Amino acid sequence: MGKTVADLKVGESAVISGFQNSTLTLKLLEMGFLPGSMVKLNFKAPLGDPLSVRISGYNVSIRLDEAAMILLK
Amino acid sequence: MAMKKYIQVALVGNPNSGKTSLFNQLTGLKQKIGNYPGITVDKKTGVCGLKNGKKANIIDLPGTYSIYPRSDDERVVFETVYDLNPITKPDIVIAIVDAVNLKRNLLLFTQIHDMGIPIILVLNMMDVAERSGIEIKVRKIEKAFGIPVIGINARTGEGIDRIRVTLSTMPVRQDIKPFYDVKAFAPDLIEEVKNEFNLENDYQAYLILQQYQHVHQLSDEQKRFIEGLITKYEFDINSFQAREIIDRYAIINEFIDGSIKVKLDGQQFRFTDKIDRLLTHKVWGYLIFLLILMSIFQSIFAWAEYPMDFIDQSISNLSLYLKGIFPEGPFFALITDGILPGIGGILMFVPQIMLLFLFIAILEETGYMARVVFLMDKIMRQFGLNGRSVVPLISGIACAIPAIMATRSIDNWKDRLITIFVIPLISCSARLPVFTILIAMVVPEIRILGIFNLQGLTLMALYLLGFLVAILSALLIRQFVVRKGKSFLIMELPLYKWPRLNNVLITIYEKTRSFVWGAGKIILAISIILWVLASYGPSHEIKNAENTVKALYAGENLTEKQMNSKIASYKLEHSFAGVFGKAIEPVIKPIGFDWKIGIALITSFAAREVFVGTMATIYSIEQADAETTIRTKMQNEINPDTGKPRYTPAVAFSLIIFYAFAMQCMSTLAIVLRETKAWKWPILQLMYLSALAYFASFITYTLLK
Repeated sequence: MGKTVADLKVGESAVISGFQNSTLTLKLLEMGFLPGSMVKLNFKAPLGDPLSVRISGYNVSIRLDEAAMILLK
Repeated sequence: MAMKKYIQVALVGNPNSGKTSLFNQLTGLKQKIGNYPGITVDKKTGVCGLKNGKKANIIDLPGTYSIYPRSDDERVVFETVYDLNPITKPDIVIAIVDAVNLKRNLLLFTQIHDMGIPIILVLNMMDVAERSGIEIKVRKIEKAFGIPVIGINARTGEGIDRIRVTLSTMPVRQDIKPFYDVKAFAPDLIEEVKNEFNLENDYQAYLILQQYQHVHQLSDEQKRFIEGLITKYEFDINSFQAREIIDRYAIINEFIDGSIKVKLDGQQFRFTDKIDRLLTHKVWGYLIFLLILMSIFQSIFAWAEYPMDFIDQSISNLSLYLKGIFPEGPFFALITDGILPGIGGILMFVPQIMLLFLFIAILEETGYMARVVFLMDKIMRQFGLNGRSVVPLISGIACAIPAIMATRSIDNWKDRLITIFVIPLISCSARLPVFTILIAMVVPEIRILGIFNLQGLTLMALYLLGFLVAILSALLIRQFVVRKGKSFLIMELPLYKWPRLNNVLITIYEKTRSFVWGAGKIILAISIILWVLASYGPSHEIKNAENTVKALYAGENLTEKQMNSKIASYKLEHSFAGVFGKAIEPVIKPIGFDWKIGIALITSFAAREVFVGTMATIYSIEQADAETTIRTKMQNEINPDTGKPRYTPAVAFSLIIFYAFAMQCMSTLAIVLRETKAWKWPILQLMYLSALAYFASFITYTLLK
């Protein structure tokens, strides 16, 4: 299986390639997780979940299993 | 078209875009909170005076990221903006966007823009944008869209006047060319819908196909008609929606490149990143959160006490004063002993509510609340709760009323409901007097390991037990509550900001008002009923109480005070509450209670601490020195069945456990009703907690007997 946002290291950036099909896809798109755009992992919560990522010019918190839905190039 | 008295204006925007600040700036204290039919979302409206003497009625819609709703809150936005009724539909929409975070904010704006409603684009936080090196060409945007674009600073009020002017000079129709053309998806279908529903706008026709279930003006027949069209033309709702969002963002990107200039990339995050490093640190993060929580509850406990005592004193002084000037009679007694203490009971909560919301408003305003959720989400998820449940749950230590009101910030309805359900299990401050008197009666005052007082340890154990049972209950209830879709946490972590005093004060004012008028009515009604139950009885024994008691104690040389308390005790015994207390004795006997405790259970429904007062009346104790005397009287009470003391440790612990779990508080019921807007939730909760209390007390009593 390909790399997802859940696999990013702190400070690492990557380009989104697509999504695992789920009911969350539309929500993620609306929040600015767009194929072709750059996503950066800012930091993780102390227990490793959720994550703080920078996307489309702002910071957003997502859970690990939600991050695993976002595929990277 | 008939002239409407007010222009209807709908205020839309993303969460954290400064929408509430703008609403407060436009309307001040002229705000009203109502309901949307059938759901728990509050409808916030306010009146805004315009330049030409006209007035605008502004609806503050819930924050949303897109026109496609994913929750009840967001559905309200769609339903309000997409209104086919020319009378109720908004005349103008104000779309507020965060200038620092333009890209994501513009998505919703372009969707509403394309619906063809007259719209004003408001760019907020222009000052922060400038400081971060982001230069926005406002005139260029204005020209590109052909609509008014206003740059403001909602926190200082800069630019607000220009919105007022624009609202009053706004034409009824704007000639709007769509930002994004949806017609390509299904040209024939969209044409057919436009003809059928008499629509002129392509995007409106497309939205009917996407969202027909949420357009309430449609009849079932019309909905079936649309379903038929969707199948006929193979209109693929989800993939069209995805395409639309991706395409819109692509155009927005192009548009932004042409209308903003960024000098220093990422400058706006510098301050926030630094603070986040500290506040989400694995040690400091939790430590600081704990410290903040502790100072909140310390101040609620310590500071609220003075105004509460003042309210208590003033009400009883007023009652005494009125008793002095009123003639005797049931009507005046109702005022001085029923209604006045009832109002006092409502006002008593106000200091705690104000203090808690002072802190909560500051936490929300600064952006720290999102970090609390971030820190606590993983832990709380194990128990079927949500990171946002933490602050309400901990607030329950002070009082369940403000705590339940604080669950508003939990956006997932099921998580919010579960949190509301378990909050009364957290030991509130009203239980303290009950616990202290009962613990002092049966737990010896000895020291463990030389430092810990056994009585204090027992009290602490009760608080821990409350938390434990609350968490276990959340797990249990989660099994029964069906969730609509998966719960998710895709939540913006906004930039840190200084709190605005104005917004904090309006929040406090609003919460207080909504408690006094919303829950207060029910609290007053129940407290009057309870007063009637305790003051009147079915037989005439209660009327002749004075003579009977005087005759009974004629031989003993009682002072007037002693005689009065004997009479009060006799009256209570023969009142409706007394009769009920005796009637429920068979039910409460298995958990070790007698009818005297039964009466106290009924009367303390007004507030748990009333238990102490009722016990004092039953044992005819004068007010002074009540606590120690009640304890001695209760300790000396003999059980006629066994000939041994009535309050064995088994009975006392059973009673303690009962008070720890039971929903012995009408104000909590009233606020749950107010917050869930359906009788079934407080009733279910009362049943669950009573059953839990009874069962736990039964086990306690049986084990210790």
